[in-house]
Amino acid sequence: MGREMTNQKPQSEMSYTVQQLVSVNPYNPDILPDLENYVNEQVSSQTYSSNANLCLLRLYQFEPERMSTQIVARILIKALMAMPAPDFSLCLFLIPERVMRTEWVLVLWKGWGMTIGMQMEDQFKTLIVLSHYLETARFRQFWDEAAKSRHILEVVPGFEQAIQAYAIHVLSIAYQKVPRSVLAEAINIEGLVLDKFIEHHITNSGWAIEKNQNKGQLIIFPHNEFNDPELKKSAADGIPLENITRILPILG
Amino acid sequence: MTGAAPYDSDQPHGDSASSYDPNYVPDSVKSFVVHMYRHIREKNVYEIHQMYETSFQSISDRFFKDAPWPSVDAVATYVDNDHVFCLLYREMWFRHLYARLSPTLKQRIDSWDNYCNLFQVVLHGVVNMQLPNQWLWDMVDEFVYQFQSFCQYRAKMKNKTEQEIALLRQYDQAWNVYGVLNYLQALVEKSSIIQILEQEKEGLEQFTATDGYDYSGGSNVLKVLGYFSMVGLLRVHCLLGDYHTGLKCILPIDISQQGVYTSVIGSHITTIYHYGFANLMLRRYTEAIREFNKILIYIFKTKQYHQKSPQYEQILKKNEQMYALLAVTLSLCPQLKLVEETVNSQLREKYGEKMLRMQRYDDEAFALYDELFSYACPKFITPSASSYEEPLVNYNQDAYRLQLKLFLYEVKQQQLLSGIRTFLNVYSTISIAKLASYMEVDEDTLRTILMTYKHKMHSVDSDGKIISNMDTNFYIDDDMVHVVESKAPKKYGDYFMRQIVKLEGITSDIDRVKLE
Repeated sequence: MGREMTNQKPQSEMSYTVQQLVSVNPYNPDILPDLENYVNEQVSSQTYSSNANLCLLRLYQFEPERMSTQIVARILIKALMAMPAPDFSLCLFLIPERVMRTEWVLVLWKGWGMTIGMQMEDQFKTLIVLSHYLETARFRQFWDEAAKSRHILEVVPGFEQAIQAYAIHVLSIAYQKVPRSVLAEAINIEGLVLDKFIEHHITNSGWAIEKNQNKGQLIIFPHNEFNDPELKKSAADGIPLENITRILPILG
Repeated sequence: MTGAAPYDSDQPHGDSASSYDPNYVPDSVKSFVVHMYRHIREKNVYEIHQMYETSFQSISDRFFKDAPWPSVDAVATYVDNDHVFCLLYREMWFRHLYARLSPTLKQRIDSWDNYCNLFQVVLHGVVNMQLPNQWLWDMVDEFVYQFQSFCQYRAKMKNKTEQEIALLRQYDQAWNVYGVLNYLQALVEKSSIIQILEQEKEGLEQFTATDGYDYSGGSNVLKVLGYFSMVGLLRVHCLLGDYHTGLKCILPIDISQQGVYTSVIGSHITTIYHYGFANLMLRRYTEAIREFNKILIYIFKTKQYHQKSPQYEQILKKNEQMYALLAVTLSLCPQLKLVEETVNSQLREKYGEKMLRMQRYDDEAFALYDELFSYACPKFITPSASSYEEPLVNYNQDAYRLQLKLFLYEVKQQQLLSGIRTFLNVYSTISIAKLASYMEVDEDTLRTILMTYKHKMHSVDSDGKIISNMDTNFYIDDDMVHVVESKAPKKYGDYFMRQIVKLEGITSDIDRVKLE
């Protein structure tokens, strides 16, 4: 669920080196350009590394003059795609408010013109609004807003699929059987395309369909420990092995 | 101290300011350093600990209530001018200064230099001492504390004099965030502590069993400093708002067990406090509740033994802060069955009323979330230096305000969930239509709220697994909500285990009586 269903491609050689840098020498201002390049590579190759991106945001926090709003926007979009993981919040924790606000002022001062400055700030605001809709499962509002912000989102391929995967995750932990209309709204697919989509998941993800009383279609998710109480209970009364070892000398 | 500039001397701010003579060494100090030096050379860890914990405190109370100890130059002659001892003495000297007086900028910079020298000596592996864990923990703890204090100080730009700004510009390496993090990281790496802990699990190494001490003639200093530096890194990352990385740094330590981190109460509390806080910010509510519960029980049982110790006040303060954090966490995720009775009754006493009001999610509730969070949170810092050019404003509150804002934002997103809980606790099955009408929302909105509930009450752990924090569980079948029995299955296994151990204890007690 969640992370596993999104971007999953073999890592390139560059990403291997960057991962090493991040784990061995993360507190080093010199790796900043490598990390920025890596963000762009994640975008183009549809991979993701939250550790590397958090490392970069940290470096930006240490040296705000080196921050690139374009890169930050891309990191935030990738973080949205990682939902239900809380990566988007993790990123926001690291972005000082005054940087996000003064960016607009600096851009004006450098004489670039007001429109570009406003775009910069709007980008972050839009992403925060989109995150809010996703966090509160307001999928219809999310897709409406996403359609309006296509220019911001289309720079990152795979965005739509990632959000659809998240939507399905939320549905499948809440519902055993979900009405077709609810599913359609959540993943923003209707009609024949939706039929094909459902068929694909019947074959590959263990979905099933049946009709409800109103002759509407119901999609049945496979049972998991979150939407089926029976499955959860069986895990609850186990005792960890370490606890048993405490009493072995007594029993022996 | 050498090199004091005329405008910025080591004169303390206090009553004895005028009478402070850095070169005057009272007899008790002379005796203290001579004996301490000998014990360190002879590796008498117990005596070192006694002198460090008790003698230092009593001499400070008698002679140096609000003045610094004699300068290191004055005492150096009594200890053969031993380089390492002088570094250790200075470390205590500065710690005492920070505790009793306010350090000047120059003193802050000098203290940084001392830590650099001390850590470099340790990292070069030439140190041959065995020092008490309490002292080694205090070094790391104080190092991070002085860093935090420096960032707070630096961010208060408004009343800075020109000389201070010039000095800040000149010594921009002092308490630089890269320096701090890299020293902690270097101690972790050079000590190979992570590998040691790994190998210990397979029985190939002894570390925890000896409390980190080296009984084969070597030194415990690098290893234990490396170990405590992991906690130091957790703390620094929390101060920066990077909870994910902070938790990663502490991963090699198994907090479900005793370990070297529990050998010093200050380290135990600091570890769990930050661990719990980070989990709270990552929405891993049940984990936070479990750990806060455990440590609060522990403090309740053991605080009487620390009444005379210099850490007592800190212990009490952290205790209160963790009750506040527990109150907040339980208001977001009411898993009361995870809280032990002693803790629960204390909690109700301190925050019972406030918790009821927080769960109403009205304006007053948000004010309470704000109040408790602000009281209990770490002192967040801004790691970057200002450019010193813009109009001088204080920005020392910026980091805290950001974390508070994001936290309250999260609380706001969970606003409608407590309403759902009330109904789910009453019904075993209820239709979407009916529940929507009770909650006075339309059906679509209700479905949204139910899904938000599910999403917010499930967190993602460090391995990407979904963990449920659900208190009241449910699932939806088309247009019916089925509530799951929230009573916890009776933990027979746990109960039997405890009784077995108890019986064994009683039996051996009785056996002992017979022998007399």
